[in-house]
Amino acid sequence: MKIGYYPGCSLHSTAREFDESMRAIAGNLDLDLVEIDDWSCCGASSAHATNHLLAVALSARNLALAEEQALGTVMAPCAACYNRLASASSEIKKDSKLSGTINKTISRPQFRNSVAVKSVVELLRDLSPVIKQKATPALKGLKVACYYGCLLLRPPEVTGWDDAEDPSSMEDVARAIGAEPVSWSKRLDCCGAGFSLSRVDSVVRLGHEIIAAAREASARAIVVACPMCHSNLDFRQMAIARRKHLSFEMPILFITQMVGLGLGIPGDRLGLGRHFIGTGSVVQGMEPVKTEPATTSGGEN
Amino acid sequence: MSQNHNKETDLGSQIVLATGENTACCYQCGKCSAGCPMAEEMKLKPHDFMRLAQFNQADDIFKDPSMWLCLTCETCSARCPNECDPARVIDALREMAMRRKAGNSPREISAFHNSFLDQIRLFGRVFEIGLIAEYKLRSLHFMQDVDSAPGMLMRGKLSFVPQRIKGIDEIRKIFKACEDHGEGEVE
Repeated sequence: MKIGYYPGCSLHSTAREFDESMRAIAGNLDLDLVEIDDWSCCGASSAHATNHLLAVALSARNLALAEEQALGTVMAPCAACYNRLASASSEIKKDSKLSGTINKTISRPQFRNSVAVKSVVELLRDLSPVIKQKATPALKGLKVACYYGCLLLRPPEVTGWDDAEDPSSMEDVARAIGAEPVSWSKRLDCCGAGFSLSRVDSVVRLGHEIIAAAREASARAIVVACPMCHSNLDFRQMAIARRKHLSFEMPILFITQMVGLGLGIPGDRLGLGRHFIGTGSVVQGMEPVKTEPATTSGGEN
Repeated sequence: MSQNHNKETDLGSQIVLATGENTACCYQCGKCSAGCPMAEEMKLKPHDFMRLAQFNQADDIFKDPSMWLCLTCETCSARCPNECDPARVIDALREMAMRRKAGNSPREISAFHNSFLDQIRLFGRVFEIGLIAEYKLRSLHFMQDVDSAPGMLMRGKLSFVPQRIKGIDEIRKIFKACEDHGEGEVE
């Protein structure tokens, strides 16, 4: 299946392992990822927080490129990119005046806004039967906490592919690959998102609540589908551990890494070595390693 | 609290014009603020913005930094029982704050937004090392995270070379066109 691919900035830098694992599993799942040629940043939170038209226009340029390159569907693994592209598409569809302004702003009068936007979770959920068929016993019985965060399913009128308050898609994927999703309370809460640099205290507070809740539910890893969630829970886990005196490490896996491990793809092809919190306990099927509060450098103000 | 409804200047009307959202639809049940992850750090919470907009209390809104603490996680809007959209309203208020040069944004947050947008303007994509360097200069937090840079580099998470897209001129034209609608920098 040919599908347009919008990696976004994070997948080329801080979340390279999300890109690597996405590409690694694509072959096994018969996905032909076609990267949008010359894509630009979606504007993320900074554009929509400061200039609404800019936010829609930056996303629209990418949708227009996809349309010109005959990509009917675009999949954005990053939850923030997905949210921005899908929101822009939906707003343009609803508002003909905005639609005209956007075509002028991006200098593309022929743009028809015809491209469908998909999240990686929706895509993998739809592929669950194939995933189940190809799964090895590698992750059998591994308890995982599926973490949706904020941007994957909201606003519900834009996303619409799962219940925004009681979703099940990530759990479906986890079950298909042989893992065991736990029931827990924080899967829809925000991790602090774009405040990773500018408001570390808030990120530590929110991240700690999420990690503690996953631990309480006996999860051995948290599964995410967003570079910001990953960064705030993996990289910032060191600051969380220091300040909140965590006595354990909680591995944070991208959903594509979980699927890759279950398909039997080696960890180095999935970028597991790029994490700050080791994933050995997941890969080797061991109990989470008990450590002193993390002393590795970094993640602190 | 005095009500001052003037179609031109009334804050509620301005919000309707900018977003199509009518703040009068809010009946102050507080569900938005109950689910807001940042509420405990905000003086004005999502339902307060709706109420103050209803009563045209612009000064109370624009002198306070709370709007900049909104993460746009959209929990408020997803859960509103009357289909109001506080997240969209807060975005519009931030844009208005910039136009008014309200100067109510915490330095770190405006430093982040301005640095982030500068990267897009320069390269068409975000160059993380450039973003971090500019953020430090703007926020004056020079020492923040310096000890994590080696870990980031070792894991291949930061590239030394920015990727400039071919269509960078298009991006700059988009910025120019959109800035003519709003204002340049977050104050």
